[in-house]
Amino acid sequence: MRMWRRLLCACRRRSPWIFHMNSGSCNGCDIELIAALTPRYDAEQLGVLLQGSPRHADILCVTGPVTRTAVNAVQTVYQQVCSPKAVVAIGSCPATTNVFIDSRVLVGPLNKHIPVDVFVPGCPPRPDAIIRGIAAAADLLAERGQAPTLSFGPETHEIREVQP
Amino acid sequence: MNLLHALLRILVFPGLLFAVPAAWMVLWIERKAVALLQQRIGPPFGQPFFDFVKLLGKGTPPRPGLDGALMRAWPLVAVSASVGAVGLLPVLPFGAGFSGDLILLLALMEIPPICMIVAGFTSRSLFGEIGSAREAVLLVSYNLVFLLAAVSIAVSQGSFRLEALASAPPTAWRYLGLFAIVLCLPAKLHVNPFSLPNAEQEIYSGPMTEYAGFELALWQLSHGLEWIAGVGLVAALAVPDSAQAWLALAGTLGMGLVLVLLLALVAAGTARLAIDTTVHFYWQCTIVFAVLAISSALLMRLRS
Repeated sequence: MRMWRRLLCACRRRSPWIFHMNSGSCNGCDIELIAALTPRYDAEQLGVLLQGSPRHADILCVTGPVTRTAVNAVQTVYQQVCSPKAVVAIGSCPATTNVFIDSRVLVGPLNKHIPVDVFVPGCPPRPDAIIRGIAAAADLLAERGQAPTLSFGPETHEIREVQP
Repeated sequence: MNLLHALLRILVFPGLLFAVPAAWMVLWIERKAVALLQQRIGPPFGQPFFDFVKLLGKGTPPRPGLDGALMRAWPLVAVSASVGAVGLLPVLPFGAGFSGDLILLLALMEIPPICMIVAGFTSRSLFGEIGSAREAVLLVSYNLVFLLAAVSIAVSQGSFRLEALASAPPTAWRYLGLFAIVLCLPAKLHVNPFSLPNAEQEIYSGPMTEYAGFELALWQLSHGLEWIAGVGLVAALAVPDSAQAWLALAGTLGMGLVLVLLLALVAAGTARLAIDTTVHFYWQCTIVFAVLAISSALLMRLRS
């Protein structure tokens, strides 16, 4: 059982599948995230695969300052990702709402709505920084795997309210 | 073929024990070859295995009732059918097999796509339903050619027994039929010009959209086993039988590797076709080879 757990942790570290979610981004960070997957940076070396469905993903990559229309979608998609899962906030917008601060249409930053594990600051961040953030999130997933929690399934996962 | 022999073939070689690592290997070779062709470094060795283990340890969303039971059942049926198909491959001249096992092999190879179609509809996801509809159209379009070509090979040798087909000296007509089967393989394995059902840029993951964790791992395994069955069938029939068993086996494995690399080249070098173009490709272009193969095989039979 211990060996299985260790194997599972190693595999979680080596196979982070990501889902990309835009919560009202200007597309700057989205382009950089795609650049991280293209031949120049090639995130697949670390086993990173961009998945089409949040059900398949381990890491939710969120860009954008979370607009009022996007917040429900962000929460729904977060719940659709099966545990164990991690969230990477890409760019300065999900971290602080950046230059859009105090805008009426925003309800960000992101960690008011879902728990964020890794922040990758920058406007936009470089692709290598994004890859590093995803690798850090994969390490987190592996560490969480060592804790004996068996509460699987999105519905059992409690959404934390984190005050900014 | 007695019961022990059949069990050995299904569970050990070329079945479960050999086919599962081979499936991971083939999936890795395909991903690595595509990456190298795109001037990337690509996934590390054993990546499909890491993906499989990780998916085994992931949670699945709770689905009560009949839908949940059915959604768990479809990938299991698909994996079992694929293992059965791989177990029937005539890779070792054991004197095994039975009359008509080609028909059983073709039937077992049809089960995973059918499971995928019903799985998409069972999941009740809009994207799953679109993906399933696409998969159904794809199935109808390539199967006409695939089955005609398979029948032409059988007719040219006058037998539906895989062992007899693999050991008979290959003729030009058989290679014509095998060429038509190779043309169908990209659609059967959903590689790029025909990756319509799981087109992630258009419909998320198609029939697999709602699948997660253990069930998704089984679908991945079933996909790998389909690779082994499809590529293995062509390789076993294309390589001439040799007096030494190891030579025939090495030839089959080498031919399989060449086919996988060829399919990776096609996947890396093409873009996805629309569904109507796919149907036209198979029903108007590729069918020529299949009709040629079956008519020439029938004529040769009538002459002899």
